[in-house]
Amino acid sequence: MSEDPIHDSESSSLETDRRRFLSRLSIVAGSIAGAIVAIPSVAFLLGLRKVPHVWRTVGKLEDFQIGNTVKVAFLDPSPLPWSGVTARTAAWLRRETAQQFIAFSVDCTHLGCPVRWLPDANLFMCPCHGGVFYANGTVASGPPPKPLTRYPVRIQGGDVQILTSPLPITT
Amino acid sequence: MRIVEFVWKWFDEVTGVSGWLIPLAKHPVPHARRSAWFYVLGSATLLVFIVQIVTGIALASAYVPSAGQAYHTLAFISDTRFGHIVRGIHSFGASAMVILIGIHAIRVYLFGAYKYPRQMGWLTGVALLFLVLGMAFTGQLLRWDQTGFWSVVIAAEQAGRTPFIGNWLGHFILAGDTAGGATLSRFFALHVFFIPALIFFFIGFHLYLVVRNGISEPPKMGQPVDPKTYRRWYQDILHREGVPFWPDAAWRDAVFALIVIGIIVGLAVVVGPPALGKPPDPSILQASPRPEWYFLWYYAVLSLIPRWSENYVIIVGPAILIVVLVLLPLVAPKGERSPFKRPWAFGLVAVIVFMIAYYGTVGHVAPWSPRMDAPPLPVEVIGTANGPIADGAKVFRDKGCEFCHKISGYGGIRGPDLTYAGDQMTPEQMETRIYSGAPNMPSYNGNITQQQVSDLLAFLSSRRRRPATPLPLTSEAK
Repeated sequence: MSEDPIHDSESSSLETDRRRFLSRLSIVAGSIAGAIVAIPSVAFLLGLRKVPHVWRTVGKLEDFQIGNTVKVAFLDPSPLPWSGVTARTAAWLRRETAQQFIAFSVDCTHLGCPVRWLPDANLFMCPCHGGVFYANGTVASGPPPKPLTRYPVRIQGGDVQILTSPLPITT
Repeated sequence: MRIVEFVWKWFDEVTGVSGWLIPLAKHPVPHARRSAWFYVLGSATLLVFIVQIVTGIALASAYVPSAGQAYHTLAFISDTRFGHIVRGIHSFGASAMVILIGIHAIRVYLFGAYKYPRQMGWLTGVALLFLVLGMAFTGQLLRWDQTGFWSVVIAAEQAGRTPFIGNWLGHFILAGDTAGGATLSRFFALHVFFIPALIFFFIGFHLYLVVRNGISEPPKMGQPVDPKTYRRWYQDILHREGVPFWPDAAWRDAVFALIVIGIIVGLAVVVGPPALGKPPDPSILQASPRPEWYFLWYYAVLSLIPRWSENYVIIVGPAILIVVLVLLPLVAPKGERSPFKRPWAFGLVAVIVFMIAYYGTVGHVAPWSPRMDAPPLPVEVIGTANGPIADGAKVFRDKGCEFCHKISGYGGIRGPDLTYAGDQMTPEQMETRIYSGAPNMPSYNGNITQQQVSDLLAFLSSRRRRPATPLPLTSEAK
């Protein structure tokens, strides 16, 4: 019996200590190996690409009539080579005066559906839950909790430009 | 034949497969008698999952998970004869999985089969239920048409309601600041690698538990589960009246699975896969995203709850559901299993099934959604082609009234039906409402001219039941 190293009832405390050490060594080794793989993988998944705010030209100044609200389509701030049509994005743009523009995100502040402009009614309407916004973006009726998000607009050498932003998420 | 026998003997000698596979297949199960057909639901769910793996691999062999190309590859797949059918099988298979895992959970709940010693069987099943719903959501999104694209945006907005980390979580779902190139790949990885890996793990664990603890015997009234004696008692009935799983019980699983898979493939051939919508171009704003049928009830609930409670329901609602399902086997691990001794169990199931069916129907109709594609009122409905009434009808259309108010079958149902508005309201009442608005109706104050209002009132006031024509007096009436 004393030849059996596992079942030896009289195994020395030295042997017990050795096994305890080896168990812990194995667990620590495995944990470190796991961590050095998991940390960069998870960090990659969590590491959100912060995209720059960039000015995108949406048309010439003379393309826009005063008082008209029109849809303008432009590239989002982070187009990738494989983005295809999803790199496009849109905004509702209105020329208020000769030099003043106002631009709204198309995303309803309720759950993000694209709102549509009803030119004769002077209202934005959301097809999902019937949220309605006045021409100045404030909530007219329905579930949206806040006004439509606005984008900064500028006129640069005869071009009308919109400052792109991340997708507005109502929190 | 001798060579086959030789190879099998060699294989078995070096692997020992027959030593565990045959006893496993022939392990005794309780004689379920009249309840036997209730025991086919779990295996059918598993077999449909295998159908999903097979068709999913076939689809993945041609699908390109690129935001710019996925839509085109789906169109390509759908245009081939068998691709069309495989997409159909995968789509109807997804619906079948949701239905089967739901009925399976209901069966286990009604039979009290979550009680000792099968609590972990229930808990792994709950995990599988949510993973299947996760597959259903991520899968419909991979279609990557317009609805698929806006589903991601809506999911991110819902996640945004989480306290403190909402904004971060929403953008985590988008895989960046905007929905675009990186978004689809993230959902593809979830749908094809991450969630299936978890499903494999939980199915393995679930099946191991079924074999280790034994399949539950059909409940009998007056036979409560007592953890102290249950296992011995269960072994006794297996010993007394157990039957080998293969083939005494397994044949039903096979026949039922054939029926289910036959229906799925039949629907795929006859009905075909869901049509591809418009391309996922975020600058096309003519979009009305709707969830698939299995989430319609949730869509309806979120649309109908009081507005102030929305943030709580979006986040706390699913959390409560998970907590209740997890706590069930932990707080009720023993006692009567028979549903006839737990009549509230029938009641609860009835309420849940009714709610899902009712709100699913409401969600399908979506009365809260304006009908922005409603055709203009035809002249026959308006009753005249010119004059103030016709001008008013045009105002009714132009101001968006028709999208929410129905007249003679045309228009939306968000607001009251105005077919007989002239009988129900005075022009003064109408005018007040037009100017002041309501919680679900914009105020038109400053947004409408005096002339337009007067035309609109003329039109609405003309919406009356046909004036009752006096009946000609007959000789009998005299």
